[in-house]
Amino acid sequence: MEKDKSLDTANLKNECCVPKHSSTGCGCNAEKPVLAVPEATLQHKKWITGTVNTPACIAYKVSTEITKSELLEHLLCRISGFRNSYTVTPGLYAVGNPDQNSHVVVTANYKLTFDKVRESLSCEDVWIMVLDTKGINVWCAAGKGTFGTEEMINRILKIQLTSIVTHRKIIVPQLGAPGVSAHMVKKATGFQVLFGPVYASDLKDYIKSGCVATKAMRNVSFSTIDRLILTPMEIIPAMRIFAVYAVIIFLFFGLSASGINFADAAKGAFPFFIVGLIAILSGAFITPVLLPVIPSKSFAVKGWIVGIFMVWISRFLFTWLNTTSSELTLFSYLLFPGISSYIALQFTGATTFTGMSGVKKELKYAVPVYIISAIISIVALALYKINLWRTI
Amino acid sequence: MKYLSNVSTLEFYADKCTGCGMCVNVCPHEVFEIKAGKADITDSDKCMECGACVTNCAFGALSVQRGVGCATALINSIIRGGEPTCGCSESSGCC
Repeated sequence: MEKDKSLDTANLKNECCVPKHSSTGCGCNAEKPVLAVPEATLQHKKWITGTVNTPACIAYKVSTEITKSELLEHLLCRISGFRNSYTVTPGLYAVGNPDQNSHVVVTANYKLTFDKVRESLSCEDVWIMVLDTKGINVWCAAGKGTFGTEEMINRILKIQLTSIVTHRKIIVPQLGAPGVSAHMVKKATGFQVLFGPVYASDLKDYIKSGCVATKAMRNVSFSTIDRLILTPMEIIPAMRIFAVYAVIIFLFFGLSASGINFADAAKGAFPFFIVGLIAILSGAFITPVLLPVIPSKSFAVKGWIVGIFMVWISRFLFTWLNTTSSELTLFSYLLFPGISSYIALQFTGATTFTGMSGVKKELKYAVPVYIISAIISIVALALYKINLWRTI
Repeated sequence: MKYLSNVSTLEFYADKCTGCGMCVNVCPHEVFEIKAGKADITDSDKCMECGACVTNCAFGALSVQRGVGCATALINSIIRGGEPTCGCSESSGCC
């Protein structure tokens, strides 16, 4: 840490100007300037405001303003699969009027991430080097290895960063560290990786302070708002499964000796549609939002507690959800908390603090419980139907 | 917020540590601090096994079974085989 803290911008500018590693054969030189990013991929992009010449290539200049239509796109990323194709072409971009002494900020080619970075750099003169992470954000891509050492080295060589800046430092988001080995990048390219702040919004302060990340800049937060933003992508996939569940329940209640009775189906199934939705809400919304205040460290247990409480309270508040059948009561208390628990467990993939060993341990205990609950639930439903037919 | 206790596979080999502090820099959960010229694990229950410290320790003083702490990824890897990865690039709804 001491090594990093001693760095300052003055030091950066006094570094040797001779490129240590110049890549060959890519045609990027002063006589024949080429675009850092293929023109065709960027035509008509409103966030491109011009070009900047460098000794190696011509880089596109980007705006630091986010337009209304981009904000709408960001919203779509939070609620749909739109994010899977929301990318920016990897390469070198310019913010302001950067020169050979300007900082180089590295980021992922998920457009939402790229937008957060350029937005945070208003009034700065900085290079942005975008790695090809297949449109995935920095942290997830680092875990996968696409925001990684190899891509970093290749990209530095490809854009000829050694001839664009005279210093030998790149600012990499701290959450890129699982994928980027600083000492290997240094060895291969001569560039020292400075792990910057977790959040792009701290980039300006980080640069201003001479590239020193404070403890606060290094910490990952996971506030109620952060968790709330993630819930649509928990609820929406669950609703697809709900559609299947709804059809099965409808058919089950309509099933009679003489065929499907739609009046019975609607009457019998409706309370279970509602409780099913409550179970999804418990696991995909209430548990994530109230995460820190729900007892237990286990996500499966958290989801189960919320699920059983919600089933109980909804039956208490809405008496029409109640049934006189003990089989259906057993079904409700077994299946729905189980569904809530299962969905809550999926939220481990969206958190900032769950590790693989912990999730493995949860699955070891939870999966057998889910299977047993599901089997008993189905048996209870079958018994209910058998008893019903017997009494008729 | 902390996850389950005593599950992290993080290992530290003090004899190899030079106290450079890189692990302190890259850890997103303040698992490390430098004490008497060497790294020290303050609380391994905070570790999420992301592997940032291992990737960036030039001296091989750390090891961890890194992986994604994501139930969807683990369930998919059990069903389809292969390593659990954040295969969220297509239509699935996780991270």
